[in-house]
Amino acid sequence: MELTGAQALIKSLEQQGVDVMFGLPGGAILPVYDPLIDSTIRHILVRHEQGAGHMAEGYALATGRPGVAMVTSGPGATNIVTPIANAHMDSTPLVVITGQVASGSIGTDAFQECDITGITSGITKHNFLVSSASELPRIIAAAFHLATTGRPGPVLVDVPKDIAQSKMEWWWPSTIEELDLPGYRPNVAIDEDAVARAAALIASAERPVLYVGGGTLKSRASAELLAFAERTGIPVVTTLMARGAFPDSHPQHLGMPGMHGFYTAVTAMQRSDLLISLGARFDDRVTGRLDGFAPDAKIIHVDIDKAEINKVRRADVALIGDVREILTALDAATATPTSLDAWWRQLRAWQEEFPLTYDEPTTDGPLRPQSVIEAIARQAAPGTIVASGVGQHQMWAAQHWKYEEPGTWINSGGAGTMGFGVPAAIGAKVGRPDRTVWTIDGDGCFQMTAQELVTARAEGIPIKVAILNNAYLGMVRQWQEMFYDERYSEVYLSPDLPDYVKWAEAMGCVGLRATSHQDVDRVIAEANSVHDVPVVIDFRTDASEKVFPMVPSGATNDDIVVHPRQRGGNA
Amino acid sequence: MSATPEPYVGPTSSSPVTHHILSVLVENKAGVLARIAGLFARRGFNIYSLAVAPAEGHARFSRITIVVDAETTPLEQIVGQLDKLVNVVAITDLAPRDAVERELLLATVSYESETRTAVLDAVASAGASIVDVDAGAVTIMLAGTPAACDQFERRLESFASVELHRTGRVALSRLGSQKN
Repeated sequence: MELTGAQALIKSLEQQGVDVMFGLPGGAILPVYDPLIDSTIRHILVRHEQGAGHMAEGYALATGRPGVAMVTSGPGATNIVTPIANAHMDSTPLVVITGQVASGSIGTDAFQECDITGITSGITKHNFLVSSASELPRIIAAAFHLATTGRPGPVLVDVPKDIAQSKMEWWWPSTIEELDLPGYRPNVAIDEDAVARAAALIASAERPVLYVGGGTLKSRASAELLAFAERTGIPVVTTLMARGAFPDSHPQHLGMPGMHGFYTAVTAMQRSDLLISLGARFDDRVTGRLDGFAPDAKIIHVDIDKAEINKVRRADVALIGDVREILTALDAATATPTSLDAWWRQLRAWQEEFPLTYDEPTTDGPLRPQSVIEAIARQAAPGTIVASGVGQHQMWAAQHWKYEEPGTWINSGGAGTMGFGVPAAIGAKVGRPDRTVWTIDGDGCFQMTAQELVTARAEGIPIKVAILNNAYLGMVRQWQEMFYDERYSEVYLSPDLPDYVKWAEAMGCVGLRATSHQDVDRVIAEANSVHDVPVVIDFRTDASEKVFPMVPSGATNDDIVVHPRQRGGNA
Repeated sequence: MSATPEPYVGPTSSSPVTHHILSVLVENKAGVLARIAGLFARRGFNIYSLAVAPAEGHARFSRITIVVDAETTPLEQIVGQLDKLVNVVAITDLAPRDAVERELLLATVSYESETRTAVLDAVASAGASIVDVDAGAVTIMLAGTPAACDQFERRLESFASVELHRTGRVALSRLGSQKN
């Protein structure tokens, strides 16, 4: 069967089971958009290529399947660089297809030419510049294989226009060998000796903590984690990237560790004598100042990426491989700490003394952002998915929502990409149309990518957006208040400019506003009654509200700053 | 084949004690060298020298010999990150003690009639050879250990005008040494 490169590309995506892709056409990718008309694949036409990338990420994080985005060359390609970098940091499986100028024009500074494989070589797991139409099926299959196996990540395929237009004889690789990836070996055998050594450490631990990272979600190991945690009685913390990997309602869950982590989660790690790291990478936002991090803890480091072992913190036992398989192997070793009673007494005392807290809302003052999130959560259907941007609202959403299952928390962790929330929520809703999807957003973040609400309305993707509008770049404001003598530099945004209700309405969405505590429940109920179009709520929140607890930058986790009300004489 | 096993000579100016040699087999594809150079740049790994050539009998693979600074970054981290590059097929880590290393030096030396003999003596005593000649200048080649190249380079410094180029080393594991 003779096909054009463009037809072969679309057919390859269909072979991979792609049901939806996000993109925006342009000159160099034009040939590929033609066979798309005849394809079963749903294409979501975005308003900016960054939106396409974040939607693909949201789709991937909500479904566990790779997200697919397609854009044109030059500025189309550079506009999707931020989502690619974001996916690389958070190990999100993505396949991004970019148009490229015709092969003969590469290197001549042709119209809309840019070296996107060069630009993205450091922020993709791998990328390809296609050199003939006949290799397109192999490259697309290889791209999906790379994106989804081992440590997942984004893969970019750059397709010159003449190659999309040229003819090829259709074929499809039937084996991994045909993918021609001689240097790629994602599967490693489990080191049974290391399992035995890890089991011995677990058996003798007195203050162990299961330090659960995003890799636990990537390997779909939640059931194995629950079984292991319940059998051993070891307390669990879930990082920002792992919220939902272990139910927040579980009594063994201490919450999120890190710079804005729960006091008990942070302090349990600090005082631990054994950290069992499951697909986590000792990120600086978790460790605080590294030389003061968990000084007495031995480390069992489980990761599928062996370059993570000893990168930041030396491991006493390294277990390289898939978290789920290794948890199963560890569980089979049946090691259990002798008694964790004293440890649990200590943990419960910390929880009692330093629960997550905030000032109660006043009846007439501006809203407390934390209470807004809790109000949305109270009215939310079970299994609601929460997406967020980056900043204070993200931390409050990570703290105050109860995550009970994988894929219900969609955020930008490693890269900290403002504007992630709205497009990521759209992608999540496309992937899980059965679920309610809320974006907890900030006013600064919302303004970066809100144009994608036009996409959501046009494509019939009814997400809900809660803007915690404090009229500031709130996290930067918090740092300027605490560490720069309240000298506020370029952080004020205004609560009324833009008018978020009118903006929502202009984009075909329902726009609502809540200014006082009495409005909150009613407005949320109104938003929940809308099922056909996106809803945006402008919540007017208190600009002086800060995220606590907080480990100041450069401090050790011992110097965690709790809420002012919890600071006794000895704090 | 009359080569006798060479002694390990220890650190020299071009091979400090912390260096390690990575012999990296890569797919011979466009942009692979840029991927490796980019990785070293963005991770802040230091390279002393780098040599690339097609691998033994393969059109498909190339061998890159990289001398890395294993003091500023642990070797394990360099190898781990390199190994993640999809085009990297195999990495052999050669500790200097376990490697046979060679480097090629080319130098063009100008001479006056009174220094001609000294130049020729230097060539002869180093076991170098003359590969090009012009009036008042010769181009000399030395293939030797990095230490021998260092020594020869220092000796040539005494001559008037020297243009010198070194390839960076290539290496294979020493016969009979324990492989990593």
